Amino acid sequence: MSDGQGHFGHAHIAPASMYYAVFAALIVGTVLTVAAAKVDMGVFNNVVMLLIACTKATLVILFFMHVRWASRLTWVVAMAGFFWLLLLFAVIGDYISRGWVPGTLR
Amino acid sequence: METVNYLNNGHGLKSWLLTKDHKRIALLYLVSITLFFVIGGFFAMLVRLELLTPAGDLLTAETYNKMFTMHGVVMVFFFLIPSIPAVLGNFLIPIMVGAKDLAFPRINLLSWYIYVLGGIFTLVAALSGGVDTGWTFYTPYSTAAANGHVITAALGVFITGFSSILTGLNFIVTIHRMRAPGLTWFRLPLFVWSHYATSLIMILGTPVIAITVLLVAAERGLHLGIFDPALGGDPVLFQHLFWFYSHPAVYIMILPAMGVISEIVQAFTRKNIFGYSFVAFSSLAIAIIGFLVWGHHIFVAGQSVYAGMIFSFLSFVVAIPSAIKVFNWTATIYKGSVSFDSPMLYAFGFIGLFTIGGLTGLFLAAMGLDIHVHDTYFVVAHFHYIMVGGAIMGYLGGLHYWWPKITGRLYPEGWAKFSALMIFSGFNLTFFPQFVAGYLGMPRRYHAYPPEFQVLNVASTLGASILAVGYVIPLIYFAYSMVAGEKSVNDPWGARGLEWEIPSPPPTENFTVSPVVTEGTHQYVHASQEAGLA
Amino acid sequence: MPDAHHGEHFPGPIHQPPLVANLEAIQPHDFVHLPHHPKLQHHFDDMAQQIDASTLGMWVFLVTEIMFFGGLFAAYLVYRHASPEGFAEASHHLNVTWGAVNTIVLIVSSLTMALAVRSAQTSAPPKTQVAWIAATMVLGAAFLGVKAIEYTDKFTHHLVPGPNFHWTGKHPQAAEIFYSLYFCMTGLHATHMIIGLGIMTVIGIMAWRRQFDEDYYTPVEIAGLYWHFVDIVWIFLFPLLYLIGGHFTE
Repeated sequence: MSDGQGHFGHAHIAPASMYYAVFAALIVGTVLTVAAAKVDMGVFNNVVMLLIACTKATLVILFFMHVRWASRLTWVVAMAGFFWLLLLFAVIGDYISRGWVPGTLR
Repeated sequence: METVNYLNNGHGLKSWLLTKDHKRIALLYLVSITLFFVIGGFFAMLVRLELLTPAGDLLTAETYNKMFTMHGVVMVFFFLIPSIPAVLGNFLIPIMVGAKDLAFPRINLLSWYIYVLGGIFTLVAALSGGVDTGWTFYTPYSTAAANGHVITAALGVFITGFSSILTGLNFIVTIHRMRAPGLTWFRLPLFVWSHYATSLIMILGTPVIAITVLLVAAERGLHLGIFDPALGGDPVLFQHLFWFYSHPAVYIMILPAMGVISEIVQAFTRKNIFGYSFVAFSSLAIAIIGFLVWGHHIFVAGQSVYAGMIFSFLSFVVAIPSAIKVFNWTATIYKGSVSFDSPMLYAFGFIGLFTIGGLTGLFLAAMGLDIHVHDTYFVVAHFHYIMVGGAIMGYLGGLHYWWPKITGRLYPEGWAKFSALMIFSGFNLTFFPQFVAGYLGMPRRYHAYPPEFQVLNVASTLGASILAVGYVIPLIYFAYSMVAGEKSVNDPWGARGLEWEIPSPPPTENFTVSPVVTEGTHQYVHASQEAGLA
Repeated sequence: MPDAHHGEHFPGPIHQPPLVANLEAIQPHDFVHLPHHPKLQHHFDDMAQQIDASTLGMWVFLVTEIMFFGGLFAAYLVYRHASPEGFAEASHHLNVTWGAVNTIVLIVSSLTMALAVRSAQTSAPPKTQVAWIAATMVLGAAFLGVKAIEYTDKFTHHLVPGPNFHWTGKHPQAAEIFYSLYFCMTGLHATHMIIGLGIMTVIGIMAWRRQFDEDYYTPVEIAGLYWHFVDIVWIFLFPLLYLIGGHFTE
């Protein structure tokens, strides 16, 4: 027996219409991101593109992967994964900060 | 008439090779890990023999490079990282949480087969001519120039990484979801806490080295050009990705040993640990902060000074939770009813040697000092103090402490004390001179050195010989104990914990019904209370 | 060989309160087999614990997959930062139409996968379950087919890094790095798709054998988690590889 964390028994069953709605949102997101790539917004192209991708991923995680109705532990595990991914991206910090300390070679 | 326990429940090779019992899998790991320890030790022996004389006269430079490389690869990936989790963790965690087995028994068995497969790849690489890149596989040497079987060895490391990942996955799910009724987090043994923290690192870090060695193999085999400057790649990026895992990996090696020490110290001082929650949270803090310090391996390789300053600061911070543990173990021992049985000798050794190793880590964390001692024997001595003086002592201490539980037999205590002392003295004679040699400037990974370092090297090799004998003696008496050792009772040490409530050796299913836990698993009544005093 | 009696100075715990409430029970005795779901594995206490553990296990595994792909994304980040124009120039050669088609294909396959899980959750007839699973597999195979077309195109245009790589634009080194990452990232992703097809085959066979209903559908659920994850990776790969720079060729 677990000590009370997480759900037991029957899971939440979403109506099929919910899946179709999320699907439609994902298609819209794809169309948007292709269209936005054709417009020159400078550095904002990247921002828009990442925002759309993150929104799509969030929809898949919350609804297709049922995290919306899952235990807090599942939510923590999913968040930890993405947080650690961002931590790995901190590697870019080295490259960006080269030359920031005056009087040093790098 | 012998009772049915996990050892005699099922006979024959198939019952062992296809077992789902976590205890049998732990023994499968024990056998293979011991084998790799011997192999890794063999390579070390050749290194130390070469270093008896300043000239490179025993081995060619290239062969010497292969020796220290294979020593590192085998010891890090095939001994230190799996050792305590795969042997003691596998055996004890289900029992300590009051469960019949880990969450995924078949995945547990799979993890052993994956480990063996990775080991075979690495042995093939060694026997076909070896690898000479250092266990760190730095590019572009490993991808473009190294002569040797880099791809085979890299794939061996890649495959074995999955064994680590599956072990960590199993532990996390087991600890979260299979605790017995009443066993809340803060009633768990500290051994479990440290393995939980270790498992977090296994899950979050190992995949990064997996992709990194895969890229090394791809670059070498397919000329893909990710890390090779000639193809537009960045060798420092390799170092970033490599150390992002390999620094937390050293915490995979030490955290389980710390968990063992917490258990032994409580049992042999007959006291509850001082500051239980501080020790528990320190395990988590070490795991998490350990992910923030990898750049201290890249101070002199081209990393920005700004990044170096941040990594240096964080490397000082990560020492704090380790220090908290050392303080708390010491406070537990203070005014405890201390007895000096062999597991406790290993614990004392650990506390002293780990402290020295940890303090010298602070030298390395200081950027200015690191410039002087980077790539010298100072670094070599530092990490051997932690990994041999720390992790291996923890492993041996744990093996001794839980041997009666695992095998139902007692080992000869006199020989155990003798070899513990031999290991301690051999270890210090081997590695303390290396601090001096390194600080005086002797570089690491050189097969020839200036004559002024010879005395220190001879002392070190002498120490290594003593250390080697010290390691062989337990192999003999442990094996002996399994056939002719005195039989053990459930709880030969008078220790507290769920594992001591069940028979030695345990039945296959550990518990036939879930134990209902009513209090923390280590409630030692203090000696003075026992005697009826205040 | 000499030995010592262990525990001589340890008289054993005295006056200690019991650690467990049911000390007698945890000693071995005759095991009583209580009725339970046929799919309950015996080291679990009940189906709820088994379902919880399996789902958590798959999520922990997906975290390792995030970090596995993460290394490649980190490399991408570093190299794109180093030569943004080079990456944009290299990206132009990728066919956005094929990339967008593949993105749509995977999104549809995620829908069919989610509906496959739902069909098991609602005890739909096995034929329905198998139909949704088969649809997912067909879409996955279509995705791989498109990738095969794209890879062949790269090969004929000398865009495969190595001795045959040939770039006529302004940033040949950045282009070679870009295509190294392109092949590594999409190749690793495609490998995961192939493994996913294998998993779906097993699930499909189990569904055909009427093994899933509202009381037991865990394998479909966790296969679904894996499939959605592979979709999410592509959701990021598509814009990062195909949509840099704003111009694209047909």
